[in-house]
Amino acid sequence: MELSVNDHNTFVYTGGKPFSADIPTVVFIHGAQQDHSCWLLQSRWFAHHGYGVLAPDLPGHGRSDGTPLTSVEALADWIVALLDDLGIQRAGLIGHSMGSMIALDAASRHAARVAAIALIATSVPMPVSPALLGAAKDDEPRAMNMVNVWSHSPHGHNGLCAVPGIWMYAANLRLMQRQKPGVMHIDLAACNAYARGSDATAQVRCPTLVLAGARDQMTSPKVARSLASSIAGAKLVMLEGAGHAMMTEEPDKVLDTLRDFFTANLAAAS
Amino acid sequence: MAEPKSYSFDTLSLHAGQVPDTQYGARATPIYLTTSFVFKSPDQAAELFNMERGGHLYSRISNPTNAVLEERIAALEGGVGAIATASGQAALHLAIVTLMDGGSHIVASRALYGGSHNLLEYTLPRFGIATTFVDPRDLAAWRAAIRPETRLLFGETLGNPGLDVLDIPSVAEIAHEHQVPLLVDATFTTPYLQRPLDLGADLVYHSATKFLGGHGIAIGGLLVDGGVFDWEASGKFPTLTEPYAGFHGMDFAEETPIAAFQFRARREGLRDFGACMSPMTAFQILQGIETLPLRMARHVENARKVVAHLVAHAAVANVAYPELPGHPDHALAQKLLPKGCGSVFSFTLKGGRQAGKKFIEALRVFSHLANVGDAKSLVIHPASTTHFRMPDEAMVAAGIHPGTIRLSVGLEDADDLVEDLNRGLAAALKA
Repeated sequence: MELSVNDHNTFVYTGGKPFSADIPTVVFIHGAQQDHSCWLLQSRWFAHHGYGVLAPDLPGHGRSDGTPLTSVEALADWIVALLDDLGIQRAGLIGHSMGSMIALDAASRHAARVAAIALIATSVPMPVSPALLGAAKDDEPRAMNMVNVWSHSPHGHNGLCAVPGIWMYAANLRLMQRQKPGVMHIDLAACNAYARGSDATAQVRCPTLVLAGARDQMTSPKVARSLASSIAGAKLVMLEGAGHAMMTEEPDKVLDTLRDFFTANLAAAS
Repeated sequence: MAEPKSYSFDTLSLHAGQVPDTQYGARATPIYLTTSFVFKSPDQAAELFNMERGGHLYSRISNPTNAVLEERIAALEGGVGAIATASGQAALHLAIVTLMDGGSHIVASRALYGGSHNLLEYTLPRFGIATTFVDPRDLAAWRAAIRPETRLLFGETLGNPGLDVLDIPSVAEIAHEHQVPLLVDATFTTPYLQRPLDLGADLVYHSATKFLGGHGIAIGGLLVDGGVFDWEASGKFPTLTEPYAGFHGMDFAEETPIAAFQFRARREGLRDFGACMSPMTAFQILQGIETLPLRMARHVENARKVVAHLVAHAAVANVAYPELPGHPDHALAQKLLPKGCGSVFSFTLKGGRQAGKKFIEALRVFSHLANVGDAKSLVIHPASTTHFRMPDEAMVAAGIHPGTIRLSVGLEDADDLVEDLNRGLAAALKA
């Protein structure tokens, strides 16, 4: 569906069903240089199992108008604005990579609006190497190649996608290539600059899931483990063999983990 | 810091789409010769049918062995995915019916495989899909043939049988100016010699029966989705951008902007038209692809030796091979096909139709049959076989003369091939 958020036309995938604000809402927040379709193998299930699904293309990404927002805090506020527009008081937030920091920040500063958070392939802080940041600024194809190589586990470089016939290595690259020029540097700079991590982790009180890939080269599983230990009551799930692109590398494990977490913390409508 | 990289072409030829089997550790790709797959539970079945999870239901739509082959060719072509079909013709049909309805129009190169020509010229018009054929070298003709209802431009990387080199970047640019995709038949080149998606094509298909298999034992096709074409922005492809009542109201471009084409092609095209590949065939083609880089290099090496011999022979009027300076596409071939122009090409005997027959009768190593891309060398006389339905004028327009012979140079010792050809050429001179 399309709606206006902060005066910009915004595309929101709703999981193949019309969105209903009358049932528990989960928001899927994509990472840098991505769009809603990175959640293909998780969001559709939620929409057909008692949840209202919102998988927006963040400003300036995918089909959404506007320019990319330059800070994690602004993106977290934008998520809350999206909830406001739809009259939703509380929602579960699921974020991948940059999206995980957005979810964390929203949960820390808008606690009343966030019922639970799932942080996938996360790291707080999320420093981006100067080489990658520089490439994102001056040579986007090179930066996309770097991210694509690092986003896949050794297993992922061989493929074996759960969706028959999809070569996920190229699929991830094409999705990045679809974003508008300049988006990548803005996103990565926002990740790199996020400095509220310690405060945010200390402030979060809602149920929290940290879902990490043991072979993640983009966001270290060690940092994810440390993050989980610093958030009160957080649950850590480590997927052996999974890389940063775990939603396509291990879609069923990611979905099952999310399903169990939200069943316990934000029950679906019956 | 070393630049991060993934696997290269030769490695992908062996490994893309497969890791050792987790149950028994089988290194080779297991053949899942089963029609269907047991559901873990009613809930899981519903999730699979509704595309909430990935997986296999029924082998007409997908199969684990086929999926390895599909990923492998997608990896080699640089596409986001692929679909294995019953034949190359089935792949072409699947591409067309996924993109358009009756009332639509195609602009195609007129230098096509005879089977493709039959489909476009005679069969699809019965279903309301018309085709305008153009000289593939005439870029103005491509542009001029496009109508408001045009939904596809289509050509072969190396046109059959004159080896017209398709100017993929230029034809793709024309297609994209009109918000339609370019489909390329890359059977003669394989991704080893050229990757059409890198040059601007949007969809690629193969008769996997040929060089990809290489062994001449299995019929199959592969349709690769480049994942770049913006169906939504084009606005001309409602099959991909509007809810499909036949599949839960799914809007494929909304589900996945990069793989909308192949999602629809599988969920509708394979499901309803049913031209699927057997898992056994998929396994056989996989065995071929494992050695594709080695074989293609040898095919090209042998073809060059044979071409050099034919060019200098008194019985030969001309040889149509783009690496020759006299070929109309010589410069384009150097640019677009730097690793070689394959090993299927035609030459024309000075003696005409009778000389052609005598030539073929004298051969011992080359096999006279209607196929190309085998490990073994093959020969055919198009005027009496693949193009026999075409009127003489149309044949000449497509670059075929009564004395034209098509060779598919295989992997035998090149000296043996030259010796065999000499037998045929001597017979042709006496005809």
